[in-house]
Amino acid sequence: MSGDPTGIDFLLAPYRVLDLTDERGILAGKILADLGADVIQIEPPGGSPARNIGPFHGDDPLPEKSLFWWAYAANKRSITLDLEQKDGRALMEKLVAEADFLLESFSPGYLEGLGLTYKRLAEINPKLVMVSITPFGQDGPYSNYQATDIVGMALGGFMYLTGDDDRAPVRISFPQFYLHGGAAGATAAMLAHTHRMIAGQGQYVDVSCQQAVAKTLAHAPQIWDIEGAILKRQGVYRQTSGENRVRINWPCKDGYVNYMVQGGTVAYSTRALLGWMGEDGLDTADLNAIDWEEMGYGAITPELMAQLGGPLGDFFKGHTRAELVQGSLDRRILLFPVATPAALQGHPQLEARGYFKELDHPELGVAVQYPGAFIKSGDGVDIAGLYRRPPLIGEHNLEIYQEEIGLSRAEIESLKRGGVI
Amino acid sequence: MTAQRETVKPLDGVNVLDFCWVAVGPMTTKYLGEYGATVVRVESVKRPGTLRRAAPFKDGVSGINRSAYFASYNANKMGITVDMRHPRARELMLRMAKWAHLVTENFTPGTMESWGLGFDQLKQENPGIVMFSTSMMGRGGPMEKQPGFGPVLSSLVGLTNLTGWPDRDPVNPYGAYTDFIVPRFAVAAILAGLDRRRRTGEGIHIDMSQLETTLHFSAPVLLDYAVNGREQVRAGNRDPGAAPHGVFPCAGDDRWIALGCFSDAHWEGLQRTISQDGTGWPYNPDFATLLGRKANEDELEQLLSTWTSSWDVGALMETLQSSGVPAGMVNDCRDLFDDAQLRHRGHFQWLDHQEIGPYATDCSEMVLSLSPGSLDTPAPLLGEHNSHVLKDLIGLTDDEYKSLEDEGVLE
Repeated sequence: MSGDPTGIDFLLAPYRVLDLTDERGILAGKILADLGADVIQIEPPGGSPARNIGPFHGDDPLPEKSLFWWAYAANKRSITLDLEQKDGRALMEKLVAEADFLLESFSPGYLEGLGLTYKRLAEINPKLVMVSITPFGQDGPYSNYQATDIVGMALGGFMYLTGDDDRAPVRISFPQFYLHGGAAGATAAMLAHTHRMIAGQGQYVDVSCQQAVAKTLAHAPQIWDIEGAILKRQGVYRQTSGENRVRINWPCKDGYVNYMVQGGTVAYSTRALLGWMGEDGLDTADLNAIDWEEMGYGAITPELMAQLGGPLGDFFKGHTRAELVQGSLDRRILLFPVATPAALQGHPQLEARGYFKELDHPELGVAVQYPGAFIKSGDGVDIAGLYRRPPLIGEHNLEIYQEEIGLSRAEIESLKRGGVI
Repeated sequence: MTAQRETVKPLDGVNVLDFCWVAVGPMTTKYLGEYGATVVRVESVKRPGTLRRAAPFKDGVSGINRSAYFASYNANKMGITVDMRHPRARELMLRMAKWAHLVTENFTPGTMESWGLGFDQLKQENPGIVMFSTSMMGRGGPMEKQPGFGPVLSSLVGLTNLTGWPDRDPVNPYGAYTDFIVPRFAVAAILAGLDRRRRTGEGIHIDMSQLETTLHFSAPVLLDYAVNGREQVRAGNRDPGAAPHGVFPCAGDDRWIALGCFSDAHWEGLQRTISQDGTGWPYNPDFATLLGRKANEDELEQLLSTWTSSWDVGALMETLQSSGVPAGMVNDCRDLFDDAQLRHRGHFQWLDHQEIGPYATDCSEMVLSLSPGSLDTPAPLLGEHNSHVLKDLIGLTDDEYKSLEDEGVLE
């Protein structure tokens, strides 16, 4: 329904997305934009609350300098619109008529209060796919609960399982809760879109961030369901079943590395590491005598872990992170660095694949290295990418309201003065 | 792609030839199965997938069909067993590629090519084929063959470095965390690829690096380094924009409440809960402002912990929420099954498995009003659908099937 002005022909190039989300759903539209959809972020006059989230360029806390905004609004266009005014809602209905998707992350009931229900919008555009991303879903006992990242990561079951066993559970210091819901929003939008292509009809989709987090727990729910056991957080260890756990974070000479001793299909990795330890002159005869190949995934007992801990820990402490990483690559050992942002910036694989993409911010006189597309094509077709720096507040008002909706300059002036845009 | 059921699902009629294993791939194709695709997993008897050998097992007894871990991630799929190293395996798989709209795999790059089943070869057989490949590092580049698993990728992607207490070693975000981030990006990309195929008739090969995908879950942290030269590190449970912000003990063993006060309204709600004027505990007048609370955060956390520790966690969550304070109990896995909201959403569903019996699996986190997903069938037994898939879906004759069986192509 829309022509992308940049001429980009990625996977979702034919489609337009209206993105009403703030920081609570902003990733959904970003994913669709990276896949080529024309995503229009609709901000309240003055700018999206997501622009208040730091860090900021030069630590200058201005809405045009939020790195959170930059990360999740790149590739999108921006218009401003006050949904709480009648003129704003009238404009919204005009936009909906020409859109394929509408994403929103308001508290349940907010849009309904403004008369912008899916039912109403579908009268304007029956093919519209509308996705709501909220902490707990549109209804149910928690639907009106206040949620922040830490509350969501706790209720989703993730935090109980993360952190040292002698302290309180911890979250990941960079907020994750709404990112899970946002990513699920993109999945949900595409599922409903796929149905629309068969059935010719749009639909409404209700995404729960809490459920999205509860889906990150691997087999922990099954361990309760099947064994009646409650997995607990293990700090630098990883619980594999019952009382069994393996150490996964190890201090090395100049930082940390991540190594998980395992048998079964990856016994080769353990054998290779033991071989390297042998080259270093460590006595590994007892460890080599273990039948790693026949060992199942959660089978390393606390006794065996204790036996392994000393020699492995000594070996790692004797080498730098770089030595361990390169040596493991050479020997097909499943060992990784505990990476820092600096290490990622110069990562040889990311560089070789051209992952980081430079976007110019002419207003600030800077060019910035952004994380790039999350897919490539294996056969040379351009299917996704990063091509537009994050928009300024209402940067595309004229482009969209005048050129696409057909408002006159005078009407736009009135709406601006009236605080609608 | 026409509907074959009474309830129409988005992916009805989409055939998936699924080579995925472990967690990231199977979680991806579980969504596809939940929303109607016919997913056929290709497995090996000689080298059964990691999750088939992973606890928990029914009655604690290991067995190739007894893992509830495997069973959870492979609901709504069928399974066939093929010896991929057999000279005739390729011929069979190419025949299946003609049937398939989508081929999925998460091997080390080069594995499919070594079987003669790379994208170019699949495309010769089926010009409209969409192939989805995901690997730790993506295809090409010096580290493409680096093997690995989700549990360590969270370190590689920098998330481990952001998790834990500032005075201690970093800890791992629970489990194979990145394995559960990637699938939503993957499904969106796959469906976008199928959409393009619908429009153009052309097949396409999607190459997803799990490292590159997961970096989007910490992109502002990368930008902070790129722009400001700052390396963010773990901060426990604190947040620069809130105080108090953390997890505090409640009555009982290992019971905790998470809460955060980002605004005056949140803080006043917390004070109201403690007492009308905050005098229910040794109140420090400096706590009146966010900056005052940040400057005295250690003291604030200590006092708050004393107050929360006599509360029942569920009652405290409800009380704080009714005062407008963002608060939630730290659910353990038993709590998840009792969680009123997850129950309302039908998050867990039980399927009846031939060897495991009834087992819990989680449904998708989205409710589609017109074409909802559903989990209807338990994970396949190893090789359970050899005959059904190859005869009924692919159309092999009895003789063809028997010769594959006799020659050991089918395991």
